[in-house]
Amino acid sequence: MNYHWNWGIFLQQVSSSDETFLQWMLIGLGWTVAVSLTAWVIALVMGSIMGTLRTVPDRRLVLIGTAWVETFRNVPILVQLFVWFFVLPEFLPQDLAMWVKQDMPFKEFLTASIALGLFTSARVAEQVRAGIQSLSRGQRNAGLALGFTLPQTFRYVILPMAFRIIIPPLTSEFMNTFKNSSVAFAIGVWDLTFVSRQMVEETGGQVIETLAAATLLYFICAMAANRLMRFIESRTRVPGLIIAH
Amino acid sequence: MKKLLLVAAVLSSIAQVSQAQEIDGTLKKVKDTGSITLGIRESSGPLSYLDANQKVIGYHIDICYKIVDAVKAKLKLPGLKVAEQAVTSQNRIPLVVNGTVDLECGSTTNSADRQKQVAFAPTTFVTNVRMAVKKASGITDLDQLGGKPVATTTGTTSVALMRAHEKGKSIDFKEVYGKDHADSFLLLESDRAVAFVMDDNLLASLIANSQNAAQYAIVGPALSTEPIAIMLRKDDPQFKALVDDTVKGLMKSGEINKLYAKWFTSPIPPKNVSLNFAMSDALKNAIANPNDNPVEAYKK
Repeated sequence: MNYHWNWGIFLQQVSSSDETFLQWMLIGLGWTVAVSLTAWVIALVMGSIMGTLRTVPDRRLVLIGTAWVETFRNVPILVQLFVWFFVLPEFLPQDLAMWVKQDMPFKEFLTASIALGLFTSARVAEQVRAGIQSLSRGQRNAGLALGFTLPQTFRYVILPMAFRIIIPPLTSEFMNTFKNSSVAFAIGVWDLTFVSRQMVEETGGQVIETLAAATLLYFICAMAANRLMRFIESRTRVPGLIIAH
Repeated sequence: MKKLLLVAAVLSSIAQVSQAQEIDGTLKKVKDTGSITLGIRESSGPLSYLDANQKVIGYHIDICYKIVDAVKAKLKLPGLKVAEQAVTSQNRIPLVVNGTVDLECGSTTNSADRQKQVAFAPTTFVTNVRMAVKKASGITDLDQLGGKPVATTTGTTSVALMRAHEKGKSIDFKEVYGKDHADSFLLLESDRAVAFVMDDNLLASLIANSQNAAQYAIVGPALSTEPIAIMLRKDDPQFKALVDDTVKGLMKSGEINKLYAKWFTSPIPPKNVSLNFAMSDALKNAIANPNDNPVEAYKK
């Protein structure tokens, strides 16, 4: 293969810009991290609520939780992103629609974070439900017998155990959030994927160097998420709660 | 003994002659495998795009098939198989470099940076980067767009051109980006952007195929003038000579003008609308003096 290698490309100045390609990559990394973390917060909050709702006695609340999970789990993330970005504003009143389309600050970032957050929340909800259902029913009954209300039972008895149990699958989900955030480029977020595509174009085709750098940065993000969750897992461990095999 | 020497001399000279005609590079690869692979674009109208039956058609596709005919004649391989491989602006150069694609028939700008990786056929189209707007907006120049959202497509030269324009004129657009030209056009169509900056032939094609073509106009001075050419592997003199001769032949015989008229000034699929896109002086010049000069040579 007759490829023209140029690893020095990262130190080269981007034409008509004050930045180097390396700085571009770091800006891209910043947006990737921002979208991923925002989405993860949304996913944890909404996922915990919806997952819990699926385990309560009230059938109506169960239905809400189920509808939430099935909606966000059964539609591809890219389609969801386009629905939020291109379709939803068309249903708003004219003036508000124009504001959302043209003047809303950080509209691409917010849309991408919310879309990815809700998509991931469906998956987190299923894990929360699984965590809760893996506990013996006696735990819930014991809480109620002690005089706790149902919300108190969840808050002080069920959820603290359920969350500890599901840390490993949540770790995968957190890592997935970083990787899935690459769809954000499709609505124009300046993330790592966006920067890579633009950098390939503006360097006249230094594809391998560019993708190698992007791959490394995504890897570091996912790995950092993994280590952070491991740390939380070890810090929150209650001896004897989850029996080691 | 003398006779033997003579025979040896004759034999060696025959060997030399046949060695001179030995084929190598892409032509050897094509001969050995019995097939040639064209890189095509799926939505770079009217140079290379898919029709209603998902068959690739376009101005550059027609030219590439003329080159394929020349390859068949040169290798005496009338049954040469032709494969088509869809490429994108991200992977087209690596696919040519690594041998997946032998001839890229899309809409690639010939630039000095790219010439480090690949070679180009003589320029067969010249595009001007301009902008599409809704006529009702009354916009005629980029300089009116300070603070307004302006769309372009990620991974294209237009992103850099807009950046340069902003810096040169000290204005500040709110850039919005589509992931492909269709998405960028949707940004304009749905009022998320007031202008879409792109190659004028692509804009003309998008407008001709939009729901309400009369609503749009291509306006403003050219941000850049870029030579578009068919791309092939670098350092392959035999194949390059064959490609160059074929394209120059089309230019000399005037056949290229017929091809241009077929794709740019006559009704074309999928909607049977004409782009009404008259040949620019820059392209007329490139046809009168065939060359593979990069975009840098077009900057004044």
